[in-house]
Amino acid sequence: MQVKENFTPTIVAFCCNWCSYAGADLSGNNRLEYPANVKIIRIPCSCRLNPMFILRAFQRGADGVILCGCHPGDCHYTTGNYYARRRMTLLFSMLDYLGIEKERTRVEWVSAAEGAKFAQTMNEFVEAVTALGENKRLEDLRCKQ
Amino acid sequence: MKKIAKAKIDDLFKAISEKEVLYLPVDDAQGQAAFIPWKEGLKMSGDLNTVRSAKDLFFPQVESLVNFKMDGKKLEIIDAKRENDPFVIFGVRPCDAKSFEILDKVFYYSEPVDSFYIARRDKSTVVVLACNEPEETCFCQAFGIDQAEAAGGDVSAWEDGENFYFKAVTEKGEALLEGLPLEDAEDGAADDIKKAAKAVMEKLPLRDLDLSKFGAGKTQELFDDPAWAKLSESCLGCGTCTFVCPTCQCFDIKDFDGGKQIRRFRCWDSCMYSDFTQMSAGQPRPTQKERFRQRFMHKLVYYPDMHEGMFSCVGCGRCLRKCPIHMNIVKVIKTIGEEK
Amino acid sequence: MQAVIKKKAKELLECGTVDRVLGWKAGEFFYDLTPAVFTTPEEIDKDFVFSVFSGANMSKYLIEETKKEGKVAAFIKPCDSYSLVQLQKEHRIKRENCYIVGIACDGMCDMGLVREAGIKGATAVSEKDDKLVLETIYGEKEMPKEKALLERCVHCKSKKVVDFDEMIGENGEENPDCGRFDEVERLEAMTPDERFAFWRSQLSRCIRCNACRNVCPACSCEKCVFDNPDSGIAQKAAASDFEENNFHIIRAYHVAGRCTDCGECSRVCPQNIPLHLLNRKFIKDMNELYGFYQAGADFETKPPIMNYTTNDAEPSVVYQRGGSK
Repeated sequence: MQVKENFTPTIVAFCCNWCSYAGADLSGNNRLEYPANVKIIRIPCSCRLNPMFILRAFQRGADGVILCGCHPGDCHYTTGNYYARRRMTLLFSMLDYLGIEKERTRVEWVSAAEGAKFAQTMNEFVEAVTALGENKRLEDLRCKQ
Repeated sequence: MKKIAKAKIDDLFKAISEKEVLYLPVDDAQGQAAFIPWKEGLKMSGDLNTVRSAKDLFFPQVESLVNFKMDGKKLEIIDAKRENDPFVIFGVRPCDAKSFEILDKVFYYSEPVDSFYIARRDKSTVVVLACNEPEETCFCQAFGIDQAEAAGGDVSAWEDGENFYFKAVTEKGEALLEGLPLEDAEDGAADDIKKAAKAVMEKLPLRDLDLSKFGAGKTQELFDDPAWAKLSESCLGCGTCTFVCPTCQCFDIKDFDGGKQIRRFRCWDSCMYSDFTQMSAGQPRPTQKERFRQRFMHKLVYYPDMHEGMFSCVGCGRCLRKCPIHMNIVKVIKTIGEEK
Repeated sequence: MQAVIKKKAKELLECGTVDRVLGWKAGEFFYDLTPAVFTTPEEIDKDFVFSVFSGANMSKYLIEETKKEGKVAAFIKPCDSYSLVQLQKEHRIKRENCYIVGIACDGMCDMGLVREAGIKGATAVSEKDDKLVLETIYGEKEMPKEKALLERCVHCKSKKVVDFDEMIGENGEENPDCGRFDEVERLEAMTPDERFAFWRSQLSRCIRCNACRNVCPACSCEKCVFDNPDSGIAQKAAASDFEENNFHIIRAYHVAGRCTDCGECSRVCPQNIPLHLLNRKFIKDMNELYGFYQAGADFETKPPIMNYTTNDAEPSVVYQRGGSK
């Protein structure tokens, strides 16, 4: 894959309202840095993430999509993230099956106290997606031109 | 009349494609024939007909019409129409050739004309190939099509074991044949082929399909026929029949907002779909029975009403082969025809 | 077989057990059978056909038929019976409104495969040993029956009818070694580039006729998201590569855990796209990660996607498994 010079990927981060969104907040309060091209979308629970949201994010120009939720066992709704875990595993496996780079999608559990982990996760993910280059295999040209 | 040996057919394809884009029925990865641009190494499909009809080349499934761009308060309108290069379609069967005539009546000759369709139609040269081995699903004879005659295009063609024979029918056809590596053949060269084809046509099981119950002016008589309910019962409401049909012509116009531009495009629509011609007031055909009836009434009654009694079906048999539950126009014609 | 089934169908109507019978109606040819509802013994005598071309899965029709008043009889093949149970689990079929006759099945044939074998103009068929003998307008032709078998029958997962009121013929067994995941494994072993090329070559031929969705017993939503103009992704035709991928990923995903692998999607695809390979990927993944599960095999087990354990694999497991990088 050819990597464009100065390529900054667009990253969509779906964050659960109760843990990860607060974690992002904390990383900000602590003045921790992560790239500005990470666009956070708050969702009520990680299991609210319809697989279609991920595909649609790619269609609309995302180069990587990450889901952050409460640690398994800590879900505000008790079991939501357990379901999300299975769903995302199956979806990522299917994307891989279709030949779409599996490193473009990720799930990380980030609690409200883990501001540092949030920033670190985003830095790592942005780095990984930058190395992959632009999303070509799930792009919709009509959204780019 | 001209001819070329089958062994040298690649030379012919090459010569044509040097002049214009040449579309040829070719088997794809799954053994399904489709019209695709010829390039070195591609072999003509042995199938009687392509899965999708040749209408795609004039009336593609998806086509951009116009794009809009907003810059502040300024609205820019971008014409999405592209200039078409002239092209040749080789190996169109007589049924598909007849379907062009049916589509022309709608898009070419009826106001308002369809400039996108006309642009492609004017740039095309159609080589119609007679059918030597029609299949049991063929019923084009019922619509007055002669499989042995290869009419309806710019060039008529026949094939036997050794040769392809060509006869230009129109000026465009003559222009195409000029300068191609063809040998001269006597005028009756294809007569034996036609004779053999006519003998096969006699054996086709659906050749005597009785259409006398259908045609212009039959709306009142057929619209409330109780048979529609029974016939449509098993219909799944998919669009297979409409999308493989060479004469289905309905389309929808949609907008896609890509963020940077809004694209207005048209795409084929299917009367089998629940949102076909849906309006703000609701769905005029609320159940599958009405949608199913619409498809066949359009082909067999409404179209003839508007176009001098001409049916909007060519008997290519694609819907007979591809319907998931094998409900098709022949069963409709026979069921409704018989009970009257 | 056909004679026994017809006799049973007439018997059920005559003794008043049911007032309708769901079966296959004769067409113009030997192969173009249409699912239909029969209400009188005369209709059954005239038009009821059961043959190797009775491939259509009848369970889908039971959703609508069992909503009606009265009772309907249905003849259910082993693979249809898994859909039947799955739909009962989802409360889509009212079991009290139907009478199920299970029928043993030796595999169903596909006319598309007969044509692919180069046989043109077939007008009649008979079976001789392991061969199909076809009368055509170009003379008699024959081919091995196994070459005309539907893909799902070549890799038949079970000959067991799981739910029935009575059985015609002997009920069979499940066949776990049917090799139905071989093709999925072959794809998994490819590189991502090869897989991407493979799926593009397949999905780009999709004409979005929706036959795969509409025939699917698991696709029984009242309104599909792809038909809903308010969903933002409603499409009548795939206007871009993304939309092709999107439709097929979501179609397969939405039936994951409920798909019984009945193979109807691949049977009906006018473009011969191997859609079952998408569904089987989900089935295979669920089997490997969450334990073996066969949708429709029983009334109790929860589908893996509606279930969890606290020590499930993390999604990152995908980075380690599946094909090479």
